[in-house]
Amino acid sequence: MKRRAMGHRLDHQSPKEIALIERRLFLRQTLSLGALALLSGCNLTEEEGVQSVLSKMSRWNDGVQAWLFDPKRLAQEYPASAITDPFPFNAYYGEDEVREVDAGSYSLELSGLIRERKPWTLPELYALPQTSQTTRHICVEGWSAIGKWSGVRFSTFLERIGADTGAKYVGFKCADDYYTSIDMASALHPQTLLAFRFADQILPPKYGFPMKLRIPTKLGFKNPKHIKAIFVTNMYPGGYWEDQGYNWFSGS
Amino acid sequence: MSAIQPPAAWVKVHPAVVRLTHWINALAIFVMVTSGWRIYNASPLFDFKFPRDLTLGGWLGGSLQWHFAAMWLLAVNGLVYLLYGFISGRFRSRFLPITLRGILGDVGDALRGKLAHDDLTVYNMAQRAAYVAIILAIVVLVASGLAIWKPVQLQWLAAIMGGFEGARLVHFLAMCAVVLIVAVHVVMVILVPRTFPSMITGNIRSR
Repeated sequence: MKRRAMGHRLDHQSPKEIALIERRLFLRQTLSLGALALLSGCNLTEEEGVQSVLSKMSRWNDGVQAWLFDPKRLAQEYPASAITDPFPFNAYYGEDEVREVDAGSYSLELSGLIRERKPWTLPELYALPQTSQTTRHICVEGWSAIGKWSGVRFSTFLERIGADTGAKYVGFKCADDYYTSIDMASALHPQTLLAFRFADQILPPKYGFPMKLRIPTKLGFKNPKHIKAIFVTNMYPGGYWEDQGYNWFSGS
Repeated sequence: MSAIQPPAAWVKVHPAVVRLTHWINALAIFVMVTSGWRIYNASPLFDFKFPRDLTLGGWLGGSLQWHFAAMWLLAVNGLVYLLYGFISGRFRSRFLPITLRGILGDVGDALRGKLAHDDLTVYNMAQRAAYVAIILAIVVLVASGLAIWKPVQLQWLAAIMGGFEGARLVHFLAMCAVVLIVAVHVVMVILVPRTFPSMITGNIRSR
């Protein structure tokens, strides 16, 4: 269309000049097309239709990851020399806002599809069989760090409390108002720990005192800290970041 | 009296499968690169960030949604293209042979502005090298992306690239290779604009 509008003017140009102008026009049109795509891209995610498709793709990816998940495949363990020191602090708030949980009055609440729902005190939890792992924590942001965590195998704990391991989800509520949930297959993975120690010391507040879920088969944000309640359910529980758009399964 | 020009010969250069997969791939790469830049910005490997305005997704979570949705488009479309290229024999007939001497000769001609385009139905050596290179770069990009996505389930794949952190670096470098080749590709199309419609219609004037 533009070519036609310029037609009569171009008649007086040499073929070489016309080619040049056409080239420039083509370049400009291509560039503006790209700019338009970028411009709309900025707000595209907000569009309801687009967001609905992206959310559906994320649910589809949950299914693919559950299918890819091999309950026997172990995350690599590292030697002590590979440990990242200092281990980075990470939460949805700054390090100066870390919650202090009182050890004396603490008790772990249980609910949902669990047979024995009596709360657990810290000494009771510490008395459970303990195991250690040195694994890589991978953050959704892309960085990773290696640390050593110790605690009870989560599958052992779920067995002790008579959890319905045929249920779909295990949910966590935390003292810092964080919450998240995982699939039962990952909960029963041998490297999934209720961790009470970091680097052989009782978990300091910034790493999640009194306990965190250490799950090396998932991204960092699926490793809740300061856990105060655990529940088993078949109703999708979501999570703090998951409800804002992070992929729910987020397996490694 | 001037000689009578014979009618222009239109030749089919790009079958429908190639045209369709080309444009789907262009869209997929655009989404993957712009959303990937935003994901990179959340934890930069190097001492720089990509300008926010050039990224897609609005925030890390949004960019991840775009990235993990468009990856299916890129992978499935890429598989269709690769299967077609191998089975139809197009890769062999259009991309081979490639010789180093031929590539250097063509690149030299191109840099001196003397690259011949008398027959657009045959890829010159520089084109062959560039097209094979971008196919390989995208294969590496997808493989390293899978390694980053599933460093435990696909740990054998991550191990080839030196583990999770190695795979991140490979993923970044493969992205750079793809962006560079695409940039050269777009410049070349601008310099020889009559190749552009052929990727839509499939036909090109051989002279």
